[in-house]
Amino acid sequence: MLELKSLSKHFGGVRAVDGLGLEVREGEIFGLIGPNGSGKSTTVNLICGVFPVTAGEIRFEGRDITHAQPHVCLAAGIARTFQNIRLFGHLSVWQNLWVAQNALADRKSAGFVKRWFSGSARARDETGALLEFAGLAAKADDLAGNLSFGEQRRLELARALAAKPKMLLLDEPAAGMNMEEVGQLRERLGALREDGKTILLVEHVMELVMGVTDRIAVLNFGQKIAEGTPDEIQNDPLVREAYLGTSGQGDA
Amino acid sequence: MDFYLGLAQIIGVHTILGLSAYVVMLTGQLSLAQAGFFAIGAYVSGMLTVLAGFHILPAMLVGGLLAGVMACIVGFPALRVKGLMLVIATLAFGEFVRLFFFNFDYQISKGGIAVGPLGGEGFRQIRFFPENGWTSFDVMLFVWGVVIAVMAALWWMDRSRAGAVLRAVGEDELAAQSAGINLTVVKVAAMTAGGFIAGLGGGIYAHYTTHIEHLNFGVILATFAIAYPILGGLSNVFGTLLAVIFIQGVLVEGLRFMGDWRNLLFGALIVLAMNVRPRGLLDERSMALLKGLFTGRDHART
Repeated sequence: MLELKSLSKHFGGVRAVDGLGLEVREGEIFGLIGPNGSGKSTTVNLICGVFPVTAGEIRFEGRDITHAQPHVCLAAGIARTFQNIRLFGHLSVWQNLWVAQNALADRKSAGFVKRWFSGSARARDETGALLEFAGLAAKADDLAGNLSFGEQRRLELARALAAKPKMLLLDEPAAGMNMEEVGQLRERLGALREDGKTILLVEHVMELVMGVTDRIAVLNFGQKIAEGTPDEIQNDPLVREAYLGTSGQGDA
Repeated sequence: MDFYLGLAQIIGVHTILGLSAYVVMLTGQLSLAQAGFFAIGAYVSGMLTVLAGFHILPAMLVGGLLAGVMACIVGFPALRVKGLMLVIATLAFGEFVRLFFFNFDYQISKGGIAVGPLGGEGFRQIRFFPENGWTSFDVMLFVWGVVIAVMAALWWMDRSRAGAVLRAVGEDELAAQSAGINLTVVKVAAMTAGGFIAGLGGGIYAHYTTHIEHLNFGVILATFAIAYPILGGLSNVFGTLLAVIFIQGVLVEGLRFMGDWRNLLFGALIVLAMNVRPRGLLDERSMALLKGLFTGRDHART
């Protein structure tokens, strides 16, 4: 569904992503892991068109989106969340979803006036199901900036879903969460998979990655050093080395 | 009485000008070009009524549309830059418009008198109101009719998805883009709407003062235009109205007895107001309080 072909991003002399090739298949949860600074977030930003690509190609459902801007990527069907939460803090919770409710499904059917100037009462009702999913139904009218950290993470996920994407890119959705919240997130991701969403999950929290993904790729210094099922990855010597240091030194 | 009618007209026109900056400011942009669009509306509609014999309504509409088109054209290059750079770019455009009218002559003879804009001399005798027997009171009603129409349109826009999108862009451009918003379209649309509204305001201004010149449309006016929504807050259109009443009614007129000390106090009061209410006179808290007063519920938790 999503294909990266020898994708590279250089910041000056730094090769943040270096000839990365990946394929995410439809309906799977694909994990992208690696030590700090290994290029995971950069990869997400490249896919979403935040940074211009230095070299290589990105294809989504066969379509070339290498040079697409973020809003075009969303329209193509890829929604994302951010590592450091980026909500519209002075908009209410439901309005955060409303903003994102334009691009995909309704775009062709609904007219210009309905998409931009429809009233707020019905739009608010339409966000109900998503708010329920995110566990925020009771807080629909609160300002997004006043939510707790966990609630903001959930709202960001809901906002990504509001555009009815085919694929989600989640950039460290469990960062800063306690174990209970990680468990809830795991259930939500499972439910999304049931729903037919494809997910690219960038994550440090191994309990989540190992428990929920179908396949995993490991990055180190911008290159893919391993790819496989969670079991294979856990037993891969190269991965252990990347995370724990060279085996010759660290056994003591 | 005439003094208060005149004051009401000034407040009305400046509210329209402030609202034109309000729309642009919702997207997080600061435009000093509003005085330029205001000038375009003023000159164009004045020329249409004086030289072409238009009624004021179509003349204002054409002036507004032309200002909107200019805003759209300026919007594309100008909105590629942000923050201070945008302030400078829009300021340059405003000065460009002012200097254009400083050099612009187009006079025809009407009943033995030359009428029309005459460069630095200005554009005199825009006498649509007196020629058609409108009293000051009629003019005041007309001004406020337009103010209310603009406020109602913006109020409605604010509460639709377009309003939420403009605010979303103002808060976080990257997040808005990632939520599917085309930044260029939204910013240029806001700029165009702001230009149109400023043009309407300029059209009224030209006709009630009957005499305009390039000096009316300088940096001071552009500064006032953005000061209103900043001081009033971006919660809704009433913040801008409140700020215009505060600045034009209380500060400019109310402090007139202080002579030259007025400007000093004027600045100090604005600084004070911004310190006490950093998100504007009418911020989210005061809106929640007002809502609570009217509905009897406690919205003020935030």
